[in-house]
Amino acid sequence: MKILVCITHVPDTTSKISFVDQDTVFDKTGVQFIIGPYDDYALARAVELKEQLGGSIMALNVGLAETEPTIRKALAIGADEAIRINAEPKDAFFVAHQIAQVVKGGDYDLILMGRESIDFNGGQVHGMVGELLGIPSVSPVMHLDIEGNIAKLSREIEGGKELLEVALPIVAGCQEPIAEWKIPNMRGIMSARSKPLNVLDPFEDEQKTVVENFVMPAAKSGIKMIDADNVGELVDLLKNEAKVF
Amino acid sequence: MSKTSSSPSHQMTSNHQDHFESPDYYQLDDLLSEEHLMIRASIRDFVKKEITPFIEGWAEKNHFPSEIVSKFGMIGAFGPTVPVQYGGGGLDYISYGLIMQEIERGDSGMRSTASVQGSLVMYPIYTYGSEEQKQKFLPKLASGEMLGCFGLTEPNHGSNPSGMETRFEDKGDHYLLNGAKMWISNAPHADIAVVWAKDEKGRIHGLIVERGMEGFTTPETHGKWSLRASCTGELVFSDVKVPKENLLQGKTGLGAPMQCLDSARYGIAWGAIGAAMDCYDAARRYSLERIQFGKPIGSFQLIQKKLAEMLTEITKAQLLNWKLGLLMEQGKATTPQISMAKRNSVEVALNVAREARQIHGGMGITGEFPMMRHMMNLESVVTYEGTHDIHLLILGADITGINAFS
Ligand SMILES: Cc1cc2nc3c(=O)[nH]c(=O)nc-3n(C[C@H](O)[C@H](O)[C@H](O)COP(=O)(O)OP(=O)(O)OC[C@H]3O[C@@H](n4cnc5c(N)ncnc54)[C@H](O)[C@@H]3O)c2cc1C
Ligand SMILES: Cc1cc2nc3c(=O)[nH]c(=O)nc-3n(C[C@H](O)[C@H](O)[C@H](O)COP(=O)(O)OP(=O)(O)OC[C@H]3O[C@@H](n4cnc5c(N)ncnc54)[C@H](O)[C@@H]3O)c2cc1C
Repeated sequence: MKILVCITHVPDTTSKISFVDQDTVFDKTGVQFIIGPYDDYALARAVELKEQLGGSIMALNVGLAETEPTIRKALAIGADEAIRINAEPKDAFFVAHQIAQVVKGGDYDLILMGRESIDFNGGQVHGMVGELLGIPSVSPVMHLDIEGNIAKLSREIEGGKELLEVALPIVAGCQEPIAEWKIPNMRGIMSARSKPLNVLDPFEDEQKTVVENFVMPAAKSGIKMIDADNVGELVDLLKNEAKVF
Repeated sequence: MSKTSSSPSHQMTSNHQDHFESPDYYQLDDLLSEEHLMIRASIRDFVKKEITPFIEGWAEKNHFPSEIVSKFGMIGAFGPTVPVQYGGGGLDYISYGLIMQEIERGDSGMRSTASVQGSLVMYPIYTYGSEEQKQKFLPKLASGEMLGCFGLTEPNHGSNPSGMETRFEDKGDHYLLNGAKMWISNAPHADIAVVWAKDEKGRIHGLIVERGMEGFTTPETHGKWSLRASCTGELVFSDVKVPKENLLQGKTGLGAPMQCLDSARYGIAWGAIGAAMDCYDAARRYSLERIQFGKPIGSFQLIQKKLAEMLTEITKAQLLNWKLGLLMEQGKATTPQISMAKRNSVEVALNVAREARQIHGGMGITGEFPMMRHMMNLESVVTYEGTHDIHLLILGADITGINAFS
């Protein structure tokens, strides 16, 4: 079983978000970066599948050198090897194209991703990669088992869940409870030191989207308590202050 | 979804989320490698998952969670500096310090379990043991398959271990061990004990005593108000036949156990600052949330003074520990230097815990917050591995060249 796990390098969920350069660039100062939580589920399931079926795990990130500590963590958790495509991942199609090129050269049975990134939350890359390669892509996957050449998985759908059997190779966008996050242990961290992290130049591509600017959501205003008898004031506030009608 | 503080549900879970972040006022993280930072983050995540959700319940019920032993083994908290070939982590002393800091941030009792196993059991076997002893015990101790303890203190000999009464005689094909040890961490659950005893000539040696040897018992010490999630007990030897191959040959005399204590005390220096950080972090948050006189209490000068002084002391101790780590790594650290760091850290931690508890007002005395538990734990930490005053005397002797012990 050859598994490719695509990981993002994203701000920790508790980070304060702000923008610079006339609101066109995310300000990374003081921000703690982590493996995307959904990607981390994908990686954890990959490690379990490898334990169960044997094989190897390649971690892949499209990003600049600053993402290497995050990639090392993936190696410490259990990836055998890693690739970093040395480019700023400025849009989902660009990232998908890079990933598709790696898959073409690599003969992978499973391409595991998160259901979505947690910085831009596009939820697009897995679909695009499937399309570019002409193989099935399924998301959000909550259970994944492999029997021979078949992936048995369950997927969250509106008001229920869908059970699927798909022939490999496939792309899967993962989410909980597919596996429990793994904390790298000291031996894993030590061995990550000597695992290969290959840096590749980006494959030629155009950028299809450009950021005009970012806008912060309005700060939440305080809660106003209105006496239960005072319906008139409530209606007035809803109409003139909150402007809901 | 807050990623770093997810924890499984459990019957003993407190409803408090652990949002701990360590202060880094002087950007000391710049002194750490990428690998050090990953080690710290991993142990912190481990503590948030396996320790802090349950620790108040364990401490309250005086319960030693024996399942933590294999979990510590799995994460690699036992003997991190022991080479990989014996199951250790092969890591440096800064890594060891960071591991102890993060575990004691969770609880001093949990850190005691780990530091006894690493510094007081694996360290002497690795440093003074034969190849067979290393092969036999180290991998199992590292993985947590075995728990060990260290027997030096006796009922009548604490600060003065050279007066120990525990003795062994050479009976030809075995040694015969008699005596008793007291205040021994991990003893009631231990599979093996590294025991310090005198031979016929009065010379101190280390012996590995294994559970199941006839005449060897480990009664538990009850009624502790400190380190309640760690188990403590006695080691009683009445005519215990110890096989000759269980003698540690590499070093004899009081210097042998003392060298183990140097390694453990180094870990305590880092660990106690972990406890201090936890108290400081709790107090900082609480001071911003708690409103009195229409303002957060953090807006009052007296509260700010407390927070500023706590952070100053923690920052100074961090630097001291870091530099001591480099000296350890180079094999240059002296016993008095280690005494200084152990003594300083525990004092800082005790003071920070008290001040942080006061900032929490009445809430501070409950198990909703960690300060009372840390404060009570630290009363053991200030006593074991050399009391606060004994470390002062070690420093005094080094400064003046005059021994004031006896
Ligand atoms: C300077 C800068 C500007 C950006 N501007 C924009 C923008 O304007 N709009 C926008 O949508 N995004 C922007 N991005 C983010 C970048 O587009 C994302 O990395 C990419 O679009 C994928 O994000 P997504 O939310 O579509 O991913 P999703 O489709 O939500 O991700 C699904 C999964 O795909 C995989 N994946 C995603 N990205 C990577 C990657 N880089 N390497 C490896 N695997 C990956 C992961 O497994 C992930 O869980 C910018 C990034 C930078 C650094
Ligand atoms: C929870 C816990 C766990 C422990 N775990 C272990 C363990 O795993 N293994 C182990 O071997 N031991 C362990 N100990 C024992 C610990 O190391 C001793 O308690 C410690 O060394 C002090 O010895 P003592 O209690 O006999 O006190 P004493 O030596 O009787 O000291 C009493 C007081 O007298 C002071 N004093 C003594 N001599 C002098 C002097 N010359 N000048 C001035 N003041 C002096 C001391 O500073 C102290 O304040 C543990 C103790 C505790 C509380």
